[in-house]
Amino acid sequence: MSAATIVTLPDQSTARIPKMNFLTKENGLLSWLLTGDHKRIATLYLISITFFFFIGGALAGLIRLELLTPQSDLMAADTYNKVFTMHGVIMVFFFLVPSVPATIGNFLIPMMVGAKDLALPKVNLLSWYLYVVAGFMAIYTMASGGVDTGWTFTTPLSTHYLNTHVISTGLAIFVAGFSSIFTGLNFIVTIHKMRCPGMTWFRLPLFVWSNYAASILMVLGTPVLAITLVLIVLERTVGIGVFDPAKGGDPLLFQHLFWFYSHPAVYIMILPGMGVISEVVSTFSRKRVFGYTAVAFSSVAIAVFGFFVWAHHMFIMGISNYAVLVFSLLTMLVAVPSAIKIFNWAFTLYKGSITFETPMLYAFGFMGLFTIGGLTGVFLGASGTDIHLTETYFIVAHFHFVMVGGMLMAFLSGIHFWWPKWTGRMYPEKISQLAAVVTFIGFNFTFFPQFILGMLGMPRRYAAYPPEFQVLNVFSTAGASILGVGYLLPIIYLTWSLKYGAIAGNNPWQATGLEWQTQSPPLTENFPEIPIMDHEAYDYEWLEAQQRKEVASV
Amino acid sequence: MSDSTVTAQETAGSAQAHHGEHPPYQRHHFESVEQQFDTTNFAMWLFLLTEVMFFGGLFMAYLLMRNWYYPAFVEASHQLNIGWGTANTAVLISSSFTMAMGVYSAEMRRKGALVFFLVLTFILGLAFLGIKSIEYSEKWEKFHIPGIRYSTSAFTNPQSDPEVYKEYHDKPLPPDMASKTELYFFLYFAMTGMHALHMIIGIAILGFMIFRAKNDAYTTGHVTFVENFGLYWHFVDIIWIFLFPLLYLISRY
Amino acid sequence: MSAANANQGHEQDHEHDSEHHIVGPMVYLSIVLALLFFTGITVWASYIDLGETRLFNTGLTIFWNPVVALAIACTKMVLVVLFFMHVKYSTKLTKLTVLSGLFTFIALIGMTLTDYVSRAWGRW
Repeated sequence: MSAATIVTLPDQSTARIPKMNFLTKENGLLSWLLTGDHKRIATLYLISITFFFFIGGALAGLIRLELLTPQSDLMAADTYNKVFTMHGVIMVFFFLVPSVPATIGNFLIPMMVGAKDLALPKVNLLSWYLYVVAGFMAIYTMASGGVDTGWTFTTPLSTHYLNTHVISTGLAIFVAGFSSIFTGLNFIVTIHKMRCPGMTWFRLPLFVWSNYAASILMVLGTPVLAITLVLIVLERTVGIGVFDPAKGGDPLLFQHLFWFYSHPAVYIMILPGMGVISEVVSTFSRKRVFGYTAVAFSSVAIAVFGFFVWAHHMFIMGISNYAVLVFSLLTMLVAVPSAIKIFNWAFTLYKGSITFETPMLYAFGFMGLFTIGGLTGVFLGASGTDIHLTETYFIVAHFHFVMVGGMLMAFLSGIHFWWPKWTGRMYPEKISQLAAVVTFIGFNFTFFPQFILGMLGMPRRYAAYPPEFQVLNVFSTAGASILGVGYLLPIIYLTWSLKYGAIAGNNPWQATGLEWQTQSPPLTENFPEIPIMDHEAYDYEWLEAQQRKEVASV
Repeated sequence: MSDSTVTAQETAGSAQAHHGEHPPYQRHHFESVEQQFDTTNFAMWLFLLTEVMFFGGLFMAYLLMRNWYYPAFVEASHQLNIGWGTANTAVLISSSFTMAMGVYSAEMRRKGALVFFLVLTFILGLAFLGIKSIEYSEKWEKFHIPGIRYSTSAFTNPQSDPEVYKEYHDKPLPPDMASKTELYFFLYFAMTGMHALHMIIGIAILGFMIFRAKNDAYTTGHVTFVENFGLYWHFVDIIWIFLFPLLYLISRY
Repeated sequence: MSAANANQGHEQDHEHDSEHHIVGPMVYLSIVLALLFFTGITVWASYIDLGETRLFNTGLTIFWNPVVALAIACTKMVLVVLFFMHVKYSTKLTKLTVLSGLFTFIALIGMTLTDYVSRAWGRW
């Protein structure tokens, strides 16, 4: 790694955090709990999702500990089922879905479009409260015995054969779903109606495009999950019968409705992360993103195509062969826009001035690991291979590669990239680069063996497995402990940096984008005056001209 | 896209106005009243989209079950009183009319007319719920409450229900098909119940609006709340427009 | 009060300018009458056996009663959306929003049906 860096900090002996900023504007608990400021809400979200991330992570630790040995000796099989179910529910609904949109998106989107706040600040606050209520419900569920259906609540297991807390979990997810809907709704309205003068659609940062696409999915897809959960609750309480074969219903109907949301959900999870990567790759290669239009349209294409592929989660469940054919073909289509993005980022890097600060390290991790995860998705989209690989550890590895190797790395990249803007302080670079590398190594050790395990035939969601799979499982658990260290480190040094980090100044990364033209941390109203956007996105020449003007006009 | 130039024009126009001279109901993050109106209107439309998809799941379940168990659905739907159903449809359509007139009154800044139409809408909404409760209690009387108080005797032996038999002369259903009528009633209660829940919420908000309308809240130029509520009310009407033929008019010949 | 009366009928002078078209009572009245009329038609049609049409190539049968009922319901919906909900006079964005909602709804129903409709077709 070269010592070259683009970081430009103000003179530390004289630099100060601006006295008036969104953190200091008002004091007191109520000013936070009743805030309308999108940046404060983003901060509240950041604290909440970090809390749930560690609960989900602890559950993951328990899973990996159990899988060290072939027998189900650490916990009973039923308990193991509860552990992986809660791990899935928490990680999907309480961490991944809100991760980038509710934290970084909430923080940045008004600034990136040049507005003073999101369109509906009260709805934004409501969204956070719904998340917190849902979180309490989920914790209640865990405390009172948990649920063991798997996060996918497959019927008729979840409706007729289990006596665990399906209803309270279902209701918790229902509430969390509305939190997500309101966030997405707010974003769409803001992006359409609150852009500053001169901010045409094609001058928006690609982060905004990605969040816009994800928001469309949130608004259109999540309600179907909501009604599906209502039907599950009705099935369990009143015995409505829509999913009960004995009463004439169809268990597969549940799966159709569930996956109609849950497949777009994975795009809700990944698209904002891809937006982060666009910003980071551009900044750390000092080049505009190659093929802006292609990246923008591919985000929307992923959103649209994403609605038509859901039954690839159901190939072996009993849908007709013709449906299998249709959905398999469509799944091949949906991979194309994602690949387009990877190509565009690669071409952005080509002949760029690349430096390797922490956000860029995470971005490189993303590009490699997401590519592997995405390609294995294509393998699974082909129904012939899927029949053998589904419900094995191959699937587990696939979605962890895209979600953890992809999304979580993108989230960490974004957190590090915008940390100086958010807090006014820089994180410590060396230890953060170490953490990124540790995470990357730990991740690969944890999840790559799982591809092999899946191909060898180890089923997922099993507490006990045949002894010949033990070696790879031990590898995986060892990797998980390294991964855990990699995730703990940022908590420590980011918290440390709040007090002791270097003062960042407005634009430590020399990045383009409206958010970097204001103070760090920003004012409550973001801009003293609504800006006028007179240049294209990622316009580094404009930035240079700005800097020359600043130097000249002292 | 055109809305960016619209925004620019609005902002340019209002940039001439001084900062402090915006109406009291304009929130600080908006540049103009028009922007606030446009934005909240769009937000309400997006919320209605979520409602469309929410009901969509129920419609999918209904579509499937009706197709699979058509004879059961036909005979079960004969148990619904078409008079009440048509009356309810007329009531809701009229309430949509009165709501639209309410929005018009607010736009024309006529407080008396606005309150009048809102109260009419409120009453019509209550009338709808009243008729619904008559229908629901009739279901209770006849042992057609699925899961709780249910009997298929009206379907295995249609002549035991002379009122309905007189009109439709249904054939007796075999027991396994007759048991599927319970599924019909589940969907009936789930769909009309979900619809009624939305009506109740709407009526509650209407009550709040009538109170505020009396205090001139909507007749000084700030029609947003009334207009957006109107959208919600019309949407609830549209759901019923589909529920009525699907549940009541399956086959009455 | 008097200011409100002065605005009566002067729609062009209203503060909400050309962007905010105000639909008048006569339009609303004609729409509600049309809706009530269609309601009557759909009830009447449900008492008549409209028969079926078999499409021999595909083995599909169209039963006309539900088709007519749904067509009338869709017409009523279009009237409510265009006139009561002002979409006819709204921006392109609003129209696009409504269409995208319909599109997603159709996608849910349609794509789910590709499974259910083809189950009876058996293996290849």
